[in-house]
Amino acid sequence: MHLNIAAQINSFLAALILLTAFGMLVQRRMYGLIHLFAWQGLFLSISTAVVGFVAGKQHLYISSVLTLSLKVILLPYILHVLTQRLKIQREVETIVNVPLTMLIGIALVIFSYHLMAPVRELSTLVTRSTLAVGLATVLIGLLMMITRRHAVTQIIGFLAMENGLFFAATSATYGMPLVVELGVALDILIAAFIFGIFFFHIHTTFDSLDVDQMARLKEGD
Amino acid sequence: MSIYPYMIEIAQILILLAVAPAFAGWVKVLKCWSQGRGSAGLFQPYRDIRKLFSKDVVLAENASWIFRFTPYLVFGTAVLAGGIIPVLSVDLPLAATADVIVLVALFAIARFFTALAGLDIGTAFGGMGSSREMTIASLAEPAMLMAIFTMSLASKSTSLSHMAQVVISGQSVLRPSISFALLAFILIALAETGRIPVDNPATHLELTMIHEAMILEYSGRHLALIEWASMMKLFLFVMLGIAAFFPWGIAASGDLLAVPAAFFFMLLKLVFAGIGLVLIETGLAKMRLFRLTEFLGSAFLLATLGMLSYFILE
Repeated sequence: MHLNIAAQINSFLAALILLTAFGMLVQRRMYGLIHLFAWQGLFLSISTAVVGFVAGKQHLYISSVLTLSLKVILLPYILHVLTQRLKIQREVETIVNVPLTMLIGIALVIFSYHLMAPVRELSTLVTRSTLAVGLATVLIGLLMMITRRHAVTQIIGFLAMENGLFFAATSATYGMPLVVELGVALDILIAAFIFGIFFFHIHTTFDSLDVDQMARLKEGD
Repeated sequence: MSIYPYMIEIAQILILLAVAPAFAGWVKVLKCWSQGRGSAGLFQPYRDIRKLFSKDVVLAENASWIFRFTPYLVFGTAVLAGGIIPVLSVDLPLAATADVIVLVALFAIARFFTALAGLDIGTAFGGMGSSREMTIASLAEPAMLMAIFTMSLASKSTSLSHMAQVVISGQSVLRPSISFALLAFILIALAETGRIPVDNPATHLELTMIHEAMILEYSGRHLALIEWASMMKLFLFVMLGIAAFFPWGIAASGDLLAVPAAFFFMLLKLVFAGIGLVLIETGLAKMRLFRLTEFLGSAFLLATLGMLSYFILE
């Protein structure tokens, strides 16, 4: 019974993570995007703690706290400062229109469910049903990177993808070893700093963070 | 063969007719308060309806039978829908013959005829209103059906009475599919009843009106019937939401003693539904017409996610 309630909470959190992923896919404003990303991190961190409680693995608590501090507080703060410094609070333009992106997103969820159905049969964990959600979040993050033109939104898509991977890892295997998780967290942090520096350089060179502008590199002016 | 279910059916329709204007009045009162204005009181809609009934009908010269017939049809479908949705008790003889899909179709018939009547007169406003209404309907109806299918997957039935019974006796609390369906339903209900992010029921500003544009040519008792029917529609959507998602308090089958308590619970839920509606309406601005596809698209998305999470997570 205890396990059952925990599994229900976890699948509800999985649903919320999927919802925030879709929210990011359709969100037009930069601040809204960053807030949604922070929410996704929060749900992820709660979910990790719940899984840690179910499985009785202490190190998952550590990675939950790590997620909370990095993905809910630090990274959104950095992105927030970046958008403010670079004055890019305005609407984010998309390549494909929003309703179509939504439909592609739904198709991706169905695809990942279909893909994960056999894997689900093999697993005996309580949290196995959330595996498809993890994959869907990864694919939606990828879709976001493809359909957005703006460098910052592409980075958020990348970070959302990482969230999906992390979620899939905790729900499929009750988490990776702590060393791996620490390494990944550090990688993400370093990556965020490098992105920040790159943003400034792109911005000063091209006067815009629109990646289409980078096609000019080819002409060698 | 017991006679009580039929009495409950009749009582429910009478409640629908009587309480719907009061609920519309309650929403208006709350809205006035939230904007710091004095309100006209809870019973203003009754006075409006009485005033309209005592006025003469002014008909356009080229109005056909469709224009004259529509108010009665719209009113009739609203009353019929009131017989299907469990308000007091799940013991409804009509609910056995008509499920939720029929309910959606009933609303669709009313909308279809309203749109025709908007075109019938041949004014520019009527046509514009009909065109907009149909645009919204074509997006809202699939989402509505999807949300309903999600609910019926969870309860293994499309009958509203049965759904309510299943939810009352349900064990699981946190069901992602139902939460998604509820969110989708709220978005659709706002669109279907013409509330603020989609349509503004209080305005006659030509650029923004949708439902008001279609019924602009109506007067007298025709207008009274249409206004009354749209109040009933608002009431019915609230009741539909309550029956599908928060049915606690609705009397179970054969439990006659619980009916007065059910009435009390219904009033309580209506009070809270009104507060929620006004919070949404004052918190949001009316959306641009071309953004509506996204609004209704996200309703569809939520409903579909609900259905998918039923398969994936439950």
